[in-house]
Amino acid sequence: MSDDREHDGQTFVRLPTDPDDRIHEDQPTRDEVLDWWDERFGIGRDYLADYTFWEKGRGKVWAFHADTESPVRVEGLGMSVLRTRGDHWKPTTNAVQRFGHRAERNVIDLTREQAEAFVAGEDQEVPWDGDWGYLIATHDIAGETEPLGVGLYLHGELRSQIPKGRRRDL
Amino acid sequence: MEVLDRYEPLIDDFEAFRAACERPLPSVVRVNTIKTEPETARAALEAEGIGVEPCGWHAGLFRLDTQPGANWPYYHGWLHGQEEVSVVPATVLDPDPGDRVWDACAAPGSKTTQLSALMDDRGLLVATDNNLGRISALRSNAERLGVTNVAVTREDARNHSLKPWEAKAYDAALVDVPCSCEGTIRKNPDTLDEWTLEHVEGIAGTQKGILRRAVQTVREGGHVVYSTCTFAPEENEAVLDHVLGAEDCRLVEFDLPLDHVPGVTAFEGETFDESVRKAKRIYPHHNDTGGFFCAKLEVTG
Ligand SMILES: C[S@@+](CC[C@H](N)C(=O)[O-])C[C@H]1O[C@@H](n2cnc3c(N)ncnc32)[C@H](O)[C@@H]1O
Repeated sequence: MSDDREHDGQTFVRLPTDPDDRIHEDQPTRDEVLDWWDERFGIGRDYLADYTFWEKGRGKVWAFHADTESPVRVEGLGMSVLRTRGDHWKPTTNAVQRFGHRAERNVIDLTREQAEAFVAGEDQEVPWDGDWGYLIATHDIAGETEPLGVGLYLHGELRSQIPKGRRRDL
Repeated sequence: MEVLDRYEPLIDDFEAFRAACERPLPSVVRVNTIKTEPETARAALEAEGIGVEPCGWHAGLFRLDTQPGANWPYYHGWLHGQEEVSVVPATVLDPDPGDRVWDACAAPGSKTTQLSALMDDRGLLVATDNNLGRISALRSNAERLGVTNVAVTREDARNHSLKPWEAKAYDAALVDVPCSCEGTIRKNPDTLDEWTLEHVEGIAGTQKGILRRAVQTVREGGHVVYSTCTFAPEENEAVLDHVLGAEDCRLVEFDLPLDHVPGVTAFEGETFDESVRKAKRIYPHHNDTGGFFCAKLEVTG
């Protein structure tokens, strides 16, 4: 493992296609990332097939709708989409706002009132009989069902994961 | 405001110009077509009781009767607050999906995100700026608007390196340089308080360096759009004149469905190449906007 392949927090490294090319033991492969979106949310591999996936720092995955040589030392490459540290991978607010309209499962549709509380960052009791864990919260606006962000569903409660800077009183 | 008197010889209706500069600017949003369509965004705004008046020359631009930030469509990244004239340069460059494009002075990303939308968020879009704080604003705008094809680097655009980008030339570049910002007087009434000719001349040196680098990094036949939000010919036609002499490029005509006048070929004893008339000056009284300058170059070597 040469030095320039290790993470220094500034360099983007393309996710390997071959598990043997991982640069640290819990680095995901490209396939694992594509499978995760499919299995968790039903967002098909085809939809994300044109993206390249990159890691900047351990466990922070970015999706880039272009390509270049790896590694590359830049400030940003596409969009930060996923945290893969720990047992439960967590999508970002921006990723579910961008890709979430394709989701077919683990999507919870909120009323306008619930949506207001959700984007204000509040936790709330919402009935849900599906899986626990990270869900995509949506609501209806101008005839569309539009993703709001990520909620963590546990013990009958939907915990808003909207980052502080994105919260709004609407 | 006295600073602006130096432009009286250039401007037909100077009284109307001055009067427009004293009025506040309308609040305008651009619809982000990466995430929605103009009609959907308009319906969502109107459902919240916000008054929407489309800007006739561009399908995805609305004047609002309120500030843009606090409503549902904004939260979803359907809208970006952007001054009307600031929308011009990306429409003039008009990149295609899949192109390789460089946005040289990109932060906070109003035009970067517009370029991405024009590219259908596909193909390499490299956005550089030399100011880290502004780069962080660029990144959060890009992410809120759902842009996934942009690569962001901190660099002095005069020394931009193609190395991280497979060392291949670009198809197009946008050069929206730092400038003396005289044309933003309606938004920032104190913008001229610090005005000096030394500053204008100093920044013109930077502008020349950045535009030259852009011409060097774009392939033959590709286009470079140069823009400023200022009136000073030192930062506009004089920069073009310099780069026309120093690099392989020429100015080309383009359509602009807003009222404007051609670039000027003489100012305060200096004369500029005749072809700078192909550039366009937009004065605040023309379309009730900020002031702007825009030129389109084709790379010839
Ligand atoms: C007019 S603003 C750009 C606005 C931006 N294009 C937009 O639409 O949001 C000019 C930018 O140039 C940056 N800048 C100044 N000198 C620079 C240089 N030498 N290289 C790269 N960027 C520079 C400034 O930090 C500033 O963000």
